[in-house]
Amino acid sequence: MQLSRRQFFKVAAGGLTGSSLVAMGFSPTAALAEVRTFKLARTTETRNTCPYCSVGCGIIMYSLGDKAKNAHAEIIHIEGDPDHPVNRGSLCPKGAGLLDFVHSKNRLKYPEVREPGTKEWKRIGWDEAFTRIAKLMKEDRDANFVAKNADGVTVNRWLTTGFLAASASSNEAGYITHKVVRNLGMLAFDNQARV
Amino acid sequence: MTNHWTDIKNADVILIMGGNAAEAHPCGFKWVTEAKAKNKARLVVVDPRFTRSAAMADLYAPIRTGTDIAFLGGVIHYLITSNKVHMDYIKSYTDMTYLVKDEFAFADGFFTGYDADKRKYDKSTWDYQMGEDGFVKTDPSLENPRCVWNLMKAHFSRYTPDVVENICGTPKDKFLQVAELLASSHTPDRVMTILYALGWTQHSTGSQIIRTAAMVQLLLGNIGRAGGGVNALRGHSNIQGLTDLGLLSNLLPGYMTLPGEKETDYDAYIAKRAPKPMRPGQLSYWQNYGKFHVSLMKAWYGNAATKENNWAFDYLPKLDKTYDVLQVFELMHQGKMNGYIAQGFNPLNSFPNKAKVGAALSKLKYLVVIDPLATETSEFWQNYGEFNDVDPAKIQTTVFRLPSTCFAEEDGAIVNSGRWLQWHWKGAEPPGEAKTDPEIMAGLFLRLRDMYKKDGGAFPDAILNLSWPYKVPYEPSPEELAKEYNGKALADLADPKDPTKLIKKGGELLDGFAQLRDDGSTACGCWIFSGAWTEKGNMMARRDNADPFHNGQTLNWSFAWPANRRILYNRAAADPAGKPWDAKRKQVWWDAAQSKWVGSDVPDFKVDSAPEDGMGPFIMNPEGIARFFARGMMNEGPFPEHYEPFETPIGVNPMHRNNPKATSNPAARVFKGDMEAFGTAKDFPYAATTYRLTEHFHYWTKHVESNAIIQPEQFVEIGEALAAEKGIRAGDRVKVSSNRGYIKAVAVVTKRIKPLKVDGKTVHHVGIPLHWGFKGVAKNGFITNTLTPFVGDGNTQTPEFKSFLVNVEKA
Repeated sequence: MQLSRRQFFKVAAGGLTGSSLVAMGFSPTAALAEVRTFKLARTTETRNTCPYCSVGCGIIMYSLGDKAKNAHAEIIHIEGDPDHPVNRGSLCPKGAGLLDFVHSKNRLKYPEVREPGTKEWKRIGWDEAFTRIAKLMKEDRDANFVAKNADGVTVNRWLTTGFLAASASSNEAGYITHKVVRNLGMLAFDNQARV
Repeated sequence: MTNHWTDIKNADVILIMGGNAAEAHPCGFKWVTEAKAKNKARLVVVDPRFTRSAAMADLYAPIRTGTDIAFLGGVIHYLITSNKVHMDYIKSYTDMTYLVKDEFAFADGFFTGYDADKRKYDKSTWDYQMGEDGFVKTDPSLENPRCVWNLMKAHFSRYTPDVVENICGTPKDKFLQVAELLASSHTPDRVMTILYALGWTQHSTGSQIIRTAAMVQLLLGNIGRAGGGVNALRGHSNIQGLTDLGLLSNLLPGYMTLPGEKETDYDAYIAKRAPKPMRPGQLSYWQNYGKFHVSLMKAWYGNAATKENNWAFDYLPKLDKTYDVLQVFELMHQGKMNGYIAQGFNPLNSFPNKAKVGAALSKLKYLVVIDPLATETSEFWQNYGEFNDVDPAKIQTTVFRLPSTCFAEEDGAIVNSGRWLQWHWKGAEPPGEAKTDPEIMAGLFLRLRDMYKKDGGAFPDAILNLSWPYKVPYEPSPEELAKEYNGKALADLADPKDPTKLIKKGGELLDGFAQLRDDGSTACGCWIFSGAWTEKGNMMARRDNADPFHNGQTLNWSFAWPANRRILYNRAAADPAGKPWDAKRKQVWWDAAQSKWVGSDVPDFKVDSAPEDGMGPFIMNPEGIARFFARGMMNEGPFPEHYEPFETPIGVNPMHRNNPKATSNPAARVFKGDMEAFGTAKDFPYAATTYRLTEHFHYWTKHVESNAIIQPEQFVEIGEALAAEKGIRAGDRVKVSSNRGYIKAVAVVTKRIKPLKVDGKTVHHVGIPLHWGFKGVAKNGFITNTLTPFVGDGNTQTPEFKSFLVNVEKA
């Protein structure tokens, strides 16, 4: 089957090359060998914001997977968002390397614990992690909570466990973190704004 | 930032100082080059090193690290003595006519009220004279010697160009060129913006440095104007959001403050924070504090917060002092902390004096690290040879490491430096079993609550009564959380002007903080964010990038706090009669026909307050004006004064040679043991400073292959003169040491750092990028903060990372 170059690009962009067309016997001419499928054609675009500095550049993430329940979405490309009024599609070397952050081989995957005096990590489940940590927190809070100070004033504070919050986490994460941490009575509480 | 990124293109003069925007905020810096290209703007850079920002500048001046108050003080001196100030602006919009108490004075490096043993001031003399009418007394003629203008002139008369040259090492002619260029923005038709970052905040006098810059901008009439302002270029993508939400020791969301333990009376607690106007006709918007506070407590405690129990006032922990990170790690080092949770933060690398931080962590019973990456902090107990020389057998801390998602794997909003709340969407699943931060906080909280329900324990009331209304309790959704911090009506809200009409039905999302009430009928998790998600939808997700006035104001892109105002104090862009100072840059002005303020921005003002009513542009201040005289609001004094960094290369404060107690910040807190850990110029002769590289972000990107490839190995920068002195050639390995430890790195020998002549001595700077550690895919390196001093700013306790002393030798 002869396709004009124009028709061929239409077909190629649609991602059908090498699959249904060929299977149906409509194998186009030698032009096929010269053209690869546009690799972003089958991706889903999602808009996000670079997590590094405070310029807040707009980025577009391209992921494989069509959001069906059994399709595991995986990002294969990240570039600047041309619609963003500040960065207008450009990124600095940090933003340009974001794909390698998302796929860093040092991404943590499972809860782990290092027992006292030992040299290695032990993988544990979330349930064990949450339960053990909550137990340790409650133990410390029950033993050291200061309901009233030396002058008999109600102060309801807990000073022996501290919390450092993340300046790259979202407002929503920060808000619920503040709500929980303050509710427990903690004052030893800061984020990167302190430094 | 008072302004924002795209607004920078409106500037005529741009000062980059205490920051390096070209290298640390490259995509934001595009707006500097845009201003140069399209607006004929001139760029001035003042920095110890000739940075990439300097390479783009029209004028570069070197400065010794930590001497910015002297430099800016010299600028104030120049502006006042050459009369290059915007007189009409400061007469109407500042406190220059206000009278100060007769007892207030400054002598020998101290203001009145100093207690040398406590290292603290009694600030009662640092205040205004009050009239019988209850308002501040003023002298518009400016003849009274006690008016702020005269006191300020006297204070800065000592910062002559010779003094600047002597303290800063900046050649006098260079300094004067800079001063002249900055001064050119004092006319109504010209405007200057100042862009700064951690080169100003990370000093023991950091807050006062920034204050001095704000005073310069006020003198020039640049606050509130497009292309103007005092603009902090912040370090992280949502450090603005976390600051706004108050995740600091002494804060509540929206810049409210926790009660101190002496504040036992709720009404007094609110009244202290809700000042009445101090001049006639002023808005003093913090007067509404009660509305913000009650609405917050309703969001957190629902029906458990009632008028009868003072809106659950007792549920809030009360402060005896601030527990900032330096204080916390000091306590930890003393064995007084048992547990610590580090969420997305790497203190072993990020806090000063790594040896002290590591020793402190070793004393904890438990440490929890929540992070997408494997950080050094999570492995503080592991031996990594010279990089982390510890014995795991001696460290009894139980360490949990929990995997969290990263930005790409969640929905949510983050706030850029320009106060824009921008929504982002999830594009992929996280690796393995990683959970989002809200899921992890929920997991911990719900288990704690169950344990307190079952077993009781210390003060369970607050825990059992915390409002947790989320559809899936262990997975609060970003949408639910965003709506919670936006705020909603808890009951039908009647219009105060016409009670038969409803502004809101119970349950509806609020439009903004003006709808908040202190009677328990509204809930709002963060009042300054109100308006972010309304009945009209998610305002943060808006993507209309139209810039109709061609001045960078994209009002329908995302949502900015407060109330979508893009340039703060924009009332000050118009004169007292409501006419724009600059007809070519109209911005915001009074439209008499409509009886309201209109323009290219949401007015940062009471929109129907006519100019003749005399309301000032600084509506959060009870005076309505901006202060040159800070009253008791700063710990070192109401006027900035040069003090040396705690590790000073010259050993003396040239402003106060005869008072050694005034060498460094007399009001800064220094712990016992840390004072002893300061080095002197005898052993550590060189002035070190730390900074970022363009290719790296803190300690994250050494885990990122492409960034590790382009900057793989730790290096330090020294000038050619120092290199020649020490016999160091480019590429040699060098050992850089302070009184707290050492690092080893490759030496980069550069022309971009020149020796400075300071108080008769030669001062060499050593430049130390910070991005290495013992975890990552780059070459392992030493933690730069091994070297830095454990002392912070007198007001914020931000550590003095940017000025300390080192020695350098071939390794």
